Amino acid sequence: MADQFRDHRPSGDVRDRRGFLAGFLALACGGLATLAPLAAGLWAFLDPLRRKRGAASFLPVTELSAVPADGVPRQFAVIAERVDAWTGFAAEPIGAVYLRREKGSDTVEALSATCPHAGCFVEIEPTGRCFRCPCHSSEFTLDGGIVAPSPSPRPMDALECRVAKNGEIEVQWQKFRAGVAGKVVQ
Amino acid sequence: MSVPDRRPRGLLGGLADFLDDRTGYRAVLHEALYERVPGGARWRYVWGSTLVFAFMTQVITGLFLWASYSASAQTAWESVYYIQHEMTGGWLLRGIHHFMAQAMVVLLALHLLQVVIDGAYRAPREVNFWLGLVLMTLVLGMALTGYLLPWDQKGYWATIVATNLAGIVPGIGPALQQLVIGGTEYGHHTLTRFFALHAGFLPGALVLMLVVHLALFRKHGLHAKRPFTKPDALFWPDQVLKDAVAMLAVMAVVLGVILVPAIRAMVAGEPVHPGHLGAELGAPADPSLPYAAARPEWYFLFLFQFLKVFEGWGATGEFLGAIVVPGLIMGVMFLMPIVGRWNLGHRFNVAFTLGIIAGAGLLTALALHEDYYALWVDKASLAEAQKLFDETGGDEAKLAATLGGDEAKLAAIEKQWETLEKVRHSQAFLDASRQARLDAARAIELAGRPEKIPPAGMLELVRTDAQSQGPRLFAQHCASCHAHVDPRAPGAEAILAKSSAANLFEFGRASWMRGLLDPGQVAGPGYFGNTAHKGGDMVNFVKDDLTDADEWKRDDIEAVIAALSAEAGLADSGVPPAVLEKGRALVADGGRCGGCHTLGDNGTDLGSAPDLTGWGSREWLVGIITDPTHERFYGDSNDRMPSFGKAAEGAAPLLTPAQIGLLADWLRGQWYRP
Repeated sequence: MADQFRDHRPSGDVRDRRGFLAGFLALACGGLATLAPLAAGLWAFLDPLRRKRGAASFLPVTELSAVPADGVPRQFAVIAERVDAWTGFAAEPIGAVYLRREKGSDTVEALSATCPHAGCFVEIEPTGRCFRCPCHSSEFTLDGGIVAPSPSPRPMDALECRVAKNGEIEVQWQKFRAGVAGKVVQ
Repeated sequence: MSVPDRRPRGLLGGLADFLDDRTGYRAVLHEALYERVPGGARWRYVWGSTLVFAFMTQVITGLFLWASYSASAQTAWESVYYIQHEMTGGWLLRGIHHFMAQAMVVLLALHLLQVVIDGAYRAPREVNFWLGLVLMTLVLGMALTGYLLPWDQKGYWATIVATNLAGIVPGIGPALQQLVIGGTEYGHHTLTRFFALHAGFLPGALVLMLVVHLALFRKHGLHAKRPFTKPDALFWPDQVLKDAVAMLAVMAVVLGVILVPAIRAMVAGEPVHPGHLGAELGAPADPSLPYAAARPEWYFLFLFQFLKVFEGWGATGEFLGAIVVPGLIMGVMFLMPIVGRWNLGHRFNVAFTLGIIAGAGLLTALALHEDYYALWVDKASLAEAQKLFDETGGDEAKLAATLGGDEAKLAAIEKQWETLEKVRHSQAFLDASRQARLDAARAIELAGRPEKIPPAGMLELVRTDAQSQGPRLFAQHCASCHAHVDPRAPGAEAILAKSSAANLFEFGRASWMRGLLDPGQVAGPGYFGNTAHKGGDMVNFVKDDLTDADEWKRDDIEAVIAALSAEAGLADSGVPPAVLEKGRALVADGGRCGGCHTLGDNGTDLGSAPDLTGWGSREWLVGIITDPTHERFYGDSNDRMPSFGKAAEGAAPLLTPAQIGLLADWLRGQWYRP
């Protein structure tokens, strides 16, 4: 079988100019053809990066009388409309906040219940003395400060909170990046 | 080239010859089966084959599960519920898939251990070793992505943690997180992407790598462990036999884990529900609810525990614990073939591998110890410390004051307080786990209703279930004053002592009314005792009038109790209608209860005492929760109860009508029962 190659190299050998061109064209054509579905796939796959979270709005949470001025944080569900890809949800619980009023104060402080460490739901310790995250045991004081030593990179995230004249408490519902020292909106 | 076989051929032989001539299969088969195993077939070589077997099992069970699973936030839990509880054999299929995944992690460790100890990563096998590490990462990636797919609470929250940690990878972290969860929120696209990864991208990559891994393995041949104590053998049948026995053993263990609970139940004579065997299914994922039982699967517990090591190190610590250290460990493992060129290097590799596995084991044990601590601590020995804790509120200064100058005792008690804190944390986890199981059982119960699950999905059903929502709403809005506890239960006294309103346990039933009309209880903590009415007209009536045997016979009181609890419209108590009639007449009588209370059209105006018409009915309860200051209820003499359903101008009420309805249903014990 090797005798047919005795006198000259077979056509299409990339070591000569014509062969090189053929090889290059082959790769280019095959590459372009393969690139099309990959590019289409990646383009669609990267869709979430284009979608930015909407501007954070103030959502009514509860009424002033539900937050006694005793320094004790209380958990409230945050109710809002929600869009999840193709589904639109009417008002339903989307998360939770802690609201707290200092003794003798009329201003309400709001803390996000999402732990800044890895995103778990922070709870109040059974004795009521501090917040505690059940995932990796970060602890926070009742106003959200870190209780050292805790794995959390920063204190609990405070949320903008305002009280309307009729006593309704509104909280600016936002999410922040977990695991970083700075409070960065996600 | 094979020697032509010139023996006379039958029909089958002829067919085989035809196929071999066209495909050359005999040579391939020969190549595959008759590989030489120097030193004989050995058990230590089976792990790679068991891994291939485990993966094949996952592909087979995975494909069949795929034929029944639906990846969207409204159908994922629902379709998995169906597989587990309604499809014939679904529980077994899912069980094998779930537990074989766990077996794979163990087999990965064994295979890695054998390869490293036997030095099978050395030249020319370096590339194959690296491929093996990549394969291991792919398998762990599949375990992680698979955990989310049922879209239950445990998978959901574990994924939140894992994706948030992915978000702290430098530079690409936030984008990576967004790509993986499909946007800025967790929902439909998180499931579709995780499913595409789990069933498409990752297994596809795995198969490609595995083919190369096996081809390279065959190219280089098996790296046999010296010293050789047996003569050389052939792969088929000797090594294949050992491999097959190991595969069977793995399968037996997996099936055993699934079936042992069933066998135990059968031996105990209890009913076996196929749907409750095998893999568990938690309550549907709900981002608005805390989930204190959140834990990754056991084979990731060491990573979970490792994060806690960095407490106090801030963001750097989290970065170290989640990204850097695991990355460095992988880095060292990738360098093993290079390091292993020297004898000392090989010993380092073995020690490192053993060290990592031991370290992971230790961290896992620590995690379990912390979580289950409350179960094996001797609480009796901590009783005194607990009492002091309750008295001083955990204040160390107050403790020092209480103990006077006893330094030794102070130190001892403070140490016990540390133990108590660990017990509290462990107990919180155990309680949360117990609650999670109850929530899961209730969700499964609801899903099995004849009406089945609504199109909006399971969450809608759970959020409108009085049994699930009642306790939560009560704890949040009512429990600051009211108790809801069986007075006969241990610890009830302490709870009742702290309440400042009536105990609502079994409100609407004869038992509750009987307690109210009992002179020994009416001014107690379960009724008016801790309220503004503890010296009021009703208390005096019960203590003075009802005890007057001329005025009120025992029969009369019982008739009143029966009549009033009949107003609640709960289950028929079996009391004869004549007694109910008599009771109603007594209540309506202007000379008795009717002097203050309205009952139907007995002529008494509203305002002097709560209306007893429809007392304890859903409508009555909704009314009093909505506005106890209404003249139908307590009017101006309302003690401290807020009007939950009425709001100030323009504001929203404290509770929605739906929430009040759920509370009323829960208090009355009215919820779906199968």
